Amino acid sequence: MLWFLLLKNSKMTAFICTRFAQSILVLFIMSLLVFGGVNLVGDPVEMLINPEADQAEVERVIRELGLDRPVTEQYWYFLVNAFKGDLGSSFIFGEPALKLIIQRMPATLELAFFSLFISLIIAIPLGIYAGYNPDSKASKVIMAGSILGFSMPTFWVGIIFIMIFAVQLGWLPSTGRGEIGTFMGINSSLFTLNGLSHVFLPALNLALFKISSVIRLTRAGTREIILQDYITFARSKGISEKRVVLIHVLKNILIPIVTVVGLEFGSLIAFSTVTETVFAWPGMGKLIIDSIYNLDRPVIVAYLMIIVTFFVFLNLIVDILYTFLDPRVRIKGDHQ
Amino acid sequence: MSPKLRKFLEFCRDFSSNKVALVAFFIFLLILFVAIFAPLVSPTDPYDLNTVSIMNSRLPPFTEDFSGNYFLLGTDGAGRDMVSAIFYGLRVSLGVGVLSGIFALIIGSFFGISAAFFGGRYESIIMRIVDIQLSFPSILVALIILAAFGKGVEKTIIALILVQWAYYARTARSSALVEINKEYVDAARCLAFGNTRIMFKHILPNCMAPLIVVGTLQTAHAISLEATLSFLGLGLPITEPSLGLLIGNGFEYMYSGDFWISIFPGVALLITVASINLVGDHLRDMFNPRLQ
Repeated sequence: MLWFLLLKNSKMTAFICTRFAQSILVLFIMSLLVFGGVNLVGDPVEMLINPEADQAEVERVIRELGLDRPVTEQYWYFLVNAFKGDLGSSFIFGEPALKLIIQRMPATLELAFFSLFISLIIAIPLGIYAGYNPDSKASKVIMAGSILGFSMPTFWVGIIFIMIFAVQLGWLPSTGRGEIGTFMGINSSLFTLNGLSHVFLPALNLALFKISSVIRLTRAGTREIILQDYITFARSKGISEKRVVLIHVLKNILIPIVTVVGLEFGSLIAFSTVTETVFAWPGMGKLIIDSIYNLDRPVIVAYLMIIVTFFVFLNLIVDILYTFLDPRVRIKGDHQ
Repeated sequence: MSPKLRKFLEFCRDFSSNKVALVAFFIFLLILFVAIFAPLVSPTDPYDLNTVSIMNSRLPPFTEDFSGNYFLLGTDGAGRDMVSAIFYGLRVSLGVGVLSGIFALIIGSFFGISAAFFGGRYESIIMRIVDIQLSFPSILVALIILAAFGKGVEKTIIALILVQWAYYARTARSSALVEINKEYVDAARCLAFGNTRIMFKHILPNCMAPLIVVGTLQTAHAISLEATLSFLGLGLPITEPSLGLLIGNGFEYMYSGDFWISIFPGVALLITVASINLVGDHLRDMFNPRLQ
């Protein structure tokens, strides 16, 4: 159906082609920037080679890592190999950088999904309440809380969580990932109790910012929906207020919220870098921070390239979907 | 009374109508004062090796050492007074946040207004770059810059400018587009003023209100982002101890229960960011014609 639309509409095809070309251009510029930048900083040789090694040993390692060739040549090899799916091997682990990152991806995704779930569960009821009773004391407290949530630095809240729930009360573990269970062929620590107890604090921490923004979104949406005719109609039919809110308001508010939150899923992955570092969560984010400390260039470059590619294509898909879904976004001169 | 003064007084009255924002504004002024005059208001100089004694390390809040120094918020791992460390940290955090905000404001409004003014291909290229950049979360943009080029004061400021400029450019363009069609711009064109003069002497001052709103909210964001990056060890070097670094330093003592080393700098950060956000929120409501 989409392809049919595409063929019928040459303007649309042109639009998608331009966007695609732009995405490739962004990726290319990013690769130059990342590779160039990483190669200007620090000296990995110093960190990797035993300080007591003799000159011959040092030269052998430099040759092995390809660091003796000119930067332009290194970049060219990097590009060629990147197309083959080889982003170099970690200086520290001696394993392919791509493999290291993919190994840690499930942990990050699991954390991001669980925190998305937590934020929706907490924020939607609060947001509906604040939109439904905009002048009540409780709503004002909720809204003030959401401003506070915007202002609180995530990492600091994470530290406080650890202090209260792990150090003082000893209720929940504060570091690492728990036992991993298997359910329907998926391995995840969300399927064991021990795993859940490990993921809870970091996920709540990561969710805080999302909770604040979803509360605001839901409140604004609820205030708008409540004035609609169909709500008045539902009320005039004698439906209880509880049912009006739970069925009519909730159903209509869910669609835009899920869309927006889904589109912003990428930002959760970006922000998980911070949470993973605080809670020593073995995901991609912690890997990149550790690699920066260790000047592990191939892993830094690979991580940045993977995450940039991910975002560029996520945005491309969102752009294209929007033009199909929302006629107002469609390119001018479309309907002759 | 001159019209300018009257307008200013009217603005002050409008602003004070929201008590929360007014209180937040005074708190912010106080923080600003402390940050600027940190060496004068701090009880001790936390980075003077002659006064800091390792014997005093990790003292809890409200203690006094043998020579009669009183530590209201305790001391950190090196025996520094936390109150003084926080005052000096505020200075670094606010300095970096405000400086990057000003640069981003200048760069962003330059590109935003010139894009609106010249239009055409130039405008679409600039706005496309803005769109692309805004599609990346701010922490990711900063992470790319700092991971690729390493940490440091000027690199952190550059990263924060790059994170913010797009917001200013977008705001400046949208308000400049409205201004460009007004008669005073036509009048200036008839007088054959140069483009630069029209853009920055005539259009820019009329775009300031929304830019100031974006500026306050962005500065709060920049301060918080800098703290995050410094905590991760990617932002400022250890020689410029911002609040984020102080929190990071305290993190290693958390597990032994020495909460004050990272909690109090965090409280200072939270109060700073929240007060700026509250002022910014209120300014936005004031300038929003739909709410008037």
